Amino acid sequence: MSTRISKAGRLLDRNKRLSFTFNGRNLFGFQGDTLASALLANDQVLVGRSFKYHRPRGFVSSGVDEPNALMSLGHGGNFEPNRSATTVELVDGIEAVSQNHLGSLDWDLGFINNFFAKIFPAGFYYKTFMKPRFAWKHLFEPIIRNAAGLGRAPSLPDEAAYDYFYAHVDILVIGAGMAGLLATYELAKSGLKVTLVEQKHYLGGYALSDDFEVDGVAVPKWLENIEKKLIDSDNVQIKKNFTAIGVHDHGYLIGCENLEVAEKMGRSSIRHRLWRLRTKQIVLATGAIERPLIFAGNDIPGVMLSSAALDFYKLYGVSPGDRTVVVTNNDSAYLTAINLYNAGLSVPVVIDVREESSGDLFESLRSMGIRIEYGKGIASVLGKKRVKAVELCSLTGEGSVQETIECDSVIMSGGWSSAVHLWSHCGGRLIWNDQLDTFLPDASKSPIDENGEDFIAVVGAASGSFWPSEVVQNVKQIVQKIQKKFKTSKVKSSSISIQEIKYGDSNSKYFTPEGASEKLKSKCFVDFQNDVKLSDLRLATQEGYESVEHLKRYTTLGMATDQGKLSNINGLKYLADFLGREINEVGTTTFRPPYTPISLGSIAGEARKGLFKPVRKTTLHLWHEANGASWEPVGDWRRPYAYLKKNETIEQAVSREVTNTRNALGILDASTLGKIIVSGPDAANFLDLMYTNMISTLQVGRCRYGLMCNENGFLFDDGVVVRLAEETFLCHTTTGGADRVYSWMEEWHQTEWWNKRVFIQNVTEQFTQITIAGPKSRLLLEELGGLDVSRVSLKPLDYLEGELAKIKARVFRISFSGELSFEIAVPSQFGLEFWEKCLETGSQFGISPYGTEALHVMRAEKGFIMIGDETDGTVIPQDLNLGWAVSKKKKDFIGKRAQERIFMNDPNRKTLVGLSLQNSSEKIPDGASVIIGGVDQANDNVIGHVTSTYFSPTLDKPIAMALLKDGKNLLGRSIEIPVDSEKILKAIVSEPKFYDAEGNRQND
Amino acid sequence: MLLIHCPFCKNRNETEFVYGGPVGANRPDPNLVSDEEWVDYLTMVPNPMGPVYERWWHARGCDQWFIICRDTVTHEILENPSEEP
Amino acid sequence: MKKYSAFALVKEAFNNHLGWGRAWRHAQPKKRYKVIIVGAGGHGLATAYYLGKNFGIRDVAVIEKGWLGGGNTGRNTTIIRSNYLQEESAAIYEKSRSLYETLSQELNYNIMFSPRGVMMLCQTEHELRAMKRTYYANRLFGVQTEMVSPMRMKEMIPIINTDGPRYPILGGLWQPRGGTARHDAVAWGYARAISSWGADIIENCEVTGIVREASKVASIQTTKGSIDCEKLCFVVAGSSSLLAELAGFRLPLESVALQALVSEPIKPVMDCVVMANTVHGYMSQSDKGEMVIGGGADGCNNYSQRGSFQHIEETVRALIETFPIISRLRQLRQWGGIVDMTGDRSPIISKTPVENIFLNCGWGTGGFKAIPGSGWATAELVAHGNPGKLAAPFSLARFVEGRMIDESIAAAVAH
Repeated sequence: MSTRISKAGRLLDRNKRLSFTFNGRNLFGFQGDTLASALLANDQVLVGRSFKYHRPRGFVSSGVDEPNALMSLGHGGNFEPNRSATTVELVDGIEAVSQNHLGSLDWDLGFINNFFAKIFPAGFYYKTFMKPRFAWKHLFEPIIRNAAGLGRAPSLPDEAAYDYFYAHVDILVIGAGMAGLLATYELAKSGLKVTLVEQKHYLGGYALSDDFEVDGVAVPKWLENIEKKLIDSDNVQIKKNFTAIGVHDHGYLIGCENLEVAEKMGRSSIRHRLWRLRTKQIVLATGAIERPLIFAGNDIPGVMLSSAALDFYKLYGVSPGDRTVVVTNNDSAYLTAINLYNAGLSVPVVIDVREESSGDLFESLRSMGIRIEYGKGIASVLGKKRVKAVELCSLTGEGSVQETIECDSVIMSGGWSSAVHLWSHCGGRLIWNDQLDTFLPDASKSPIDENGEDFIAVVGAASGSFWPSEVVQNVKQIVQKIQKKFKTSKVKSSSISIQEIKYGDSNSKYFTPEGASEKLKSKCFVDFQNDVKLSDLRLATQEGYESVEHLKRYTTLGMATDQGKLSNINGLKYLADFLGREINEVGTTTFRPPYTPISLGSIAGEARKGLFKPVRKTTLHLWHEANGASWEPVGDWRRPYAYLKKNETIEQAVSREVTNTRNALGILDASTLGKIIVSGPDAANFLDLMYTNMISTLQVGRCRYGLMCNENGFLFDDGVVVRLAEETFLCHTTTGGADRVYSWMEEWHQTEWWNKRVFIQNVTEQFTQITIAGPKSRLLLEELGGLDVSRVSLKPLDYLEGELAKIKARVFRISFSGELSFEIAVPSQFGLEFWEKCLETGSQFGISPYGTEALHVMRAEKGFIMIGDETDGTVIPQDLNLGWAVSKKKKDFIGKRAQERIFMNDPNRKTLVGLSLQNSSEKIPDGASVIIGGVDQANDNVIGHVTSTYFSPTLDKPIAMALLKDGKNLLGRSIEIPVDSEKILKAIVSEPKFYDAEGNRQND
Repeated sequence: MLLIHCPFCKNRNETEFVYGGPVGANRPDPNLVSDEEWVDYLTMVPNPMGPVYERWWHARGCDQWFIICRDTVTHEILENPSEEP
Repeated sequence: MKKYSAFALVKEAFNNHLGWGRAWRHAQPKKRYKVIIVGAGGHGLATAYYLGKNFGIRDVAVIEKGWLGGGNTGRNTTIIRSNYLQEESAAIYEKSRSLYETLSQELNYNIMFSPRGVMMLCQTEHELRAMKRTYYANRLFGVQTEMVSPMRMKEMIPIINTDGPRYPILGGLWQPRGGTARHDAVAWGYARAISSWGADIIENCEVTGIVREASKVASIQTTKGSIDCEKLCFVVAGSSSLLAELAGFRLPLESVALQALVSEPIKPVMDCVVMANTVHGYMSQSDKGEMVIGGGADGCNNYSQRGSFQHIEETVRALIETFPIISRLRQLRQWGGIVDMTGDRSPIISKTPVENIFLNCGWGTGGFKAIPGSGWATAELVAHGNPGKLAAPFSLARFVEGRMIDESIAAAVAH
């Protein structure tokens, strides 16, 4: 069994006992444990179930590559599924629950799948479940969906907080193993600013578990000394629990700092922090990842990587079992064997697929009297929920059993893959190295930054320098290169003497036995989590899925949560063997971010709830809020849709607001409308190009309704243009269009008509704009005092500037409601004061605020168009009977040429008309289609759609506007509006003007 | 997140800018071109796999429009606007 | 070709599945074909399929620069819907969707089309009106959709947050027969079908030149030699501009990377597809349990299939706002596809300035759902030399005439 061993456990503080639960069972661990090591110390070897066959699974690795030990942590708003126990630092009170089983972890009903495994090989679902057709959606798929998935979904919103940090970094060293620490130390010595990040909660990497000596001390001690020096160094920053997630263009790096422990201990309010780093130089010291060997039963709990076993033992003082069989293709598993043996555990045999080995470790093994079997493999591992024995066989041949060796754990090593993911993220190419049996960064095709220069250097095992003395040499070279790049004065690198352990050559065998029968192949797991077996790879290649990507997609190899860290290379090796090609020809799939999965919460950062797309607020926002506003989002703003009084429905409120404005006095916050100042000697001329109308003929002090089209001729914004002075214009835009129109003008000015002397300024937020509308609006303005707003002095479309109620104001006599109406702009800081004065003074005239819906009802009653309702990106002004606002005289304006094209003059174009219902008082539905000539051939008879529709309180009947094909010629005709399968409304086509068509009210 | 070189503000994050598309043909005199020529001007822009001249606008910055040459595969910036536009 | 069925699977189980043959032959180019289709993605393979099925044209080669289905067919979010606003769009997407319904049976390859329903959220009054307009238009054109209330939506999608706070949900447009399919399987299924009747699929074969005789193309040069053809059809999405240049004409396209991501798998929490256009994000759950997430396209034109992180940030924020429970899930994978965009964001299925070259491109962000319909319409165009009713509105000439097919009012960005 797995137990705690007192001799080892470098990271543990045995004085601090921590309690936690697994599947409800109370367990204990120590400060410094990971959840994985603590579970293993409690002999919890079975920790999960596989995705497809629900096979029992145990720990394979001790790090981020762990595919099996996924569990759910916490509960309620802190619940988190699919957490790999090897990456969770133990704290008091963790509640862990295993996943993906029906019934208990030990007795999983889902295991029944395993009995059907033969019928369910890779891609079986492509070949069946097709009949009867509806059964896929209603029977087969639901079964598959419920069986799939790993953990449960959280049921409550996340309670935690996340944030972003930004930093500029000269040199970022990723990975604090021996290479990373040494590189940081050497770079820092030459005065460079270095940031060192490490994904684990401790520094040292695999070297911390190693047995060699440096400068006469054991390597862990030596690393500790370097760490101390770095901590004292002013130009070094060290971040633990920090995973470099992705390298992006131009030296941009996303990193995720895991603050879960600090959060749980109350030292941090943040759970995960996403770092956005702009680096000048990245040094990858990401090490290597050990690969499993493939043999039948290699997924049975108790089979783990030799590096994991060594980590568990050295760092956490946990044994993998009492009797451990070792199987390997290289010497690194020897080190683990030696350590286990020295801990007093039994190592009955080391099975080595090589013919022989030399080197120091071999010598040690031999001197200890440990049995080594060369040229042998494992035919099968026996056991169900735990390893019971292994069957020894010859490497060649089809796996006939030579001997059954009892054991309770198996450690394996199939060689090492350099962790080159980050190199690949941003375009770096990889190249297979046969001798080292791994992909390495191809220096001739490295990721480049904005200047076309390399910005990533790779050191240590990630670059193929696996041995300590190589690492020292390699770091030296890279440091010199970087010193040169940063032009620092040369500092001699430290001389380091390594008392190295000599390793023998590894070989590239990845499965045993070589002639495995089909039966064995169907128990040889390549991807543990997704249950991809050697037999699946065989089937896929047999069926022609022999591009790497096809293989991967067909079998789901490497698509598990470890993203193929353990499985990809073995799969590739199989493919290369099958095709009889070199791995380099077969290729690898490109690594994409994230290196390890990161929480969606961390990606979103602080931008949630109130900070998610913050609301733009006018100066009157708070007043609206306090006075019953029912909000409507418009662009980034919120505008009052209507102001609700007690016991009033929205419809009643809108109706009241319309009636009050039509009969007495209404007031509207129009501040969100865009306001753009265009000034300069060529301003008039420039605006002639921007608008379809002639703007240059506008008199100072006058207003004109203008239209803007794009170069395709389509209408995209409208608003009133005011000539404030000879060379100064104020252009109003729609609420949503302010930024768009501003950038539109800037773009044309800077990129096409740069010789025009104009200056464009977006002053939208500088002014509070208030509409006073209704027959009593002039009375109110007169009462406010300060400006002569009489019929004679302020005619329709006139503009005046002065003081109203002692506040500096611009008054425009323009109307979107059809009533006598004034729009008044006051500097923002006086907005609320002016608004309140209007309300106070206006109370004698029955003033009442109205919202956007009342505004829309009134404009529709008048037949005024609304951008976004009457337009949809395919409408030209002529369609909306606005041909009068399109100049025929101007030689050029934006949209003019496009409007001359064939389809723009097609008589069949849809034009704007009004609709009046016959015999019905209900509102015509929004967006309804309009047909003529009966519904039988409905789609041939469709002539258009309803663009705006309201119930008009003024006329006490429904009104609507529609865009209909050849609408002009339909005036007076009857059309149909199908509402649902039974109901068809009938309406008469009219001019789109329902109220005061002559405009007497607004022109009063 | 590209690093875009604004002639006034130097290197800034891509998110401060608005992309203005590849540099196409000059706007022809609308009175002198056929429908086809006009639509050519409107729709045909270079779309190469490799270096392309393109327009950027420092919208959340100094408001300057400028042209850079960028490789559409590697994102290398091959040409930056001169410092004094 | 061995027929796929449950029976065959069981039978093969006793034979360790050694009896299954190749899904499609790996062909070497012949000297000449009646039709060469460049691009073995979904659209290209579907074109070949319907050329054979509807027009009996089986002397066809589909050539592919990389691996079959390796472009956007294998890099999308697998959404299928046809609730488009404009008549022309609705027609081709609905044709496509209805072909998807029976495609598994037709191809004898389970592409896992699952009409799990597509919900498009309305989060502003304006969007609500646009969706209602789409609903009424869809009704008349035979696309089954309905408007649902926020309350009903909450019942259908319990994990959705309908009351904002930033953009409360005002309603939704629901297409019950929209859904998802297994993207790779669509390409593989078509490939298997056309290969079985003798069409050649030639992977790892890049077009390097196009040889013209007068106004026609005579042959193409490839990395696997020169091949003659009677008709040539480009179906290469993001690389269309590059091929057109080889053929001597230009296209109104820009290529952009579109990104998507998936979370780690979890047990089923959401059955349908949800699209939130106001906040720019959409999400569904795959059969494997991964939440499949998509959003906007990259800021600038590019051919680097890696995309930039800031767009992912925006998409994820939008979706956490809509589905607060996903915050603690983790992002597992992200990828980008190069999509080709036209000025009106609608596709091109068209004749070209070269007499016997035909074109299918410009699907922008919405290509996957269109595969069968697009193949159907393109096959008709190639076979007859002139577009049928489905393809006609999507000609190159529409730009000159100003007949844009603009869907932006109904789907601000996402497809």
